[in-house]
Amino acid sequence: MKEAVHISGVPSPGPDLQELLVRVARGDQDAFAEVYDAVSGPVLGLVRSVLRDPAQSEEVAQEVLVEVWRTAPRFQASRGSAMNWVLTLAHHRAVDRVRSAEAAAAREHKAALLDRTPAFDEVSEQVETRLEREQVRRCMRTLSELQRESVTLAYYRGLTYREVSELLAVPLGTIKTRLRDGLIRLRDCLGVSA
Amino acid sequence: MSTAELHTLTGAYALHALTESERQAFERHLEDCEACAQEVRELSATAARLGLAVAETPPRELRERVLREITTVRQEAPAPGRRERTGGGGRTGRWYTYALAACIAAAAAFGGVAVWQNQVARDARQEADQAQRQNEQLAQVLSAPDAKTTSSALTGGAHGTVVVSQSQNRAVFVASGMERPPSGKVYQIWFNDEGTMRSAGLMDPTASDDAVLLDGPVDRASGMGITVEPAGGSAEPTSSPVALMDFPAA
Repeated sequence: MKEAVHISGVPSPGPDLQELLVRVARGDQDAFAEVYDAVSGPVLGLVRSVLRDPAQSEEVAQEVLVEVWRTAPRFQASRGSAMNWVLTLAHHRAVDRVRSAEAAAAREHKAALLDRTPAFDEVSEQVETRLEREQVRRCMRTLSELQRESVTLAYYRGLTYREVSELLAVPLGTIKTRLRDGLIRLRDCLGVSA
Repeated sequence: MSTAELHTLTGAYALHALTESERQAFERHLEDCEACAQEVRELSATAARLGLAVAETPPRELRERVLREITTVRQEAPAPGRRERTGGGGRTGRWYTYALAACIAAAAAFGGVAVWQNQVARDARQEADQAQRQNEQLAQVLSAPDAKTTSSALTGGAHGTVVVSQSQNRAVFVASGMERPPSGKVYQIWFNDEGTMRSAGLMDPTASDDAVLLDGPVDRASGMGITVEPAGGSAEPTSSPVALMDFPAA
């Protein structure tokens, strides 16, 4: 795969990520470099959508990517795809960071939270990303406004459902349900199977 | 919290929107609830798709820092009872295929509207069937395990990416930001067979950001070119190329 030119540093869906992770789990650093190329863009993008701050995002992205190396032997393909595993890890780390005490202070500006839209509009030259983004944007439009707001605030902003409920002044139980039925609708629209 | 209430937390759990204590309670519940566990897997995979959609290009230095750091980090022991799966679980491939197929089906649906407005229904149906087949082939190329990609800047700030699958012997060209061709003209794509141009079809003049399945097999072509041709296309190029790209090395 070395010959392929990837202008954005993210490869086409070439080598199977699962197989690469199996090699990484045996300590194969070259395989890790390929995994890095496949996942670093999504990891950084996701972390940055939650944390916003570029320097902090790079720091957390680096932690996540090193953790992929460290915990690769524990990856179990039976529990989901490799990309899913990596992005779940990335989201966890970003959310942990954003909920830490010092970050909490910066989140007082609730209006700012509501004001911001997810970073869908950021330019990427990457084909898969562009197709993926189009697809997600299209499916997001099939949600009700409350579903979309709830899912966006929880996932892209890292809020707990209690925080979402307070922010939107909507009862807890409603938010809980909207997060679930919103995701179910997205799952069906995106054709996700697991 | 009752079991029914716990079950509705699948969405919040998949989005990491629970507090620590709620998360622990829910995970205990998950151990006994296979239906919930399945739903969590699906909703987590859905959440990951939301993550993929905001991918961005990391700075070069990050790669160097990470690759340097891992040489000093010891790996964990495998999880107990782990079953190693080699031979490519195929999940990733299927995932892309679904995403692409759905995405392209949506694009075809939009195209379908225009076609219906301009032509009689029978023609439209034939075109739609053909578009459908092309879209399927296009998705197959993009999701082929041996798909290789190369990108380059084209004139006027446009950007081109070509995806080639040797196993499918097909290629897909994806343009971004190409200007519309002059009125009465079209962009025609050509395979470059060692200097000889072989037509690979016309680009839709109304779409500036579009994925095009090149007509015909790649065979020995080493690259592709794009020329501006009169509407309907030409048998051979009649103008100098506005873009020339090499295919990725096999």
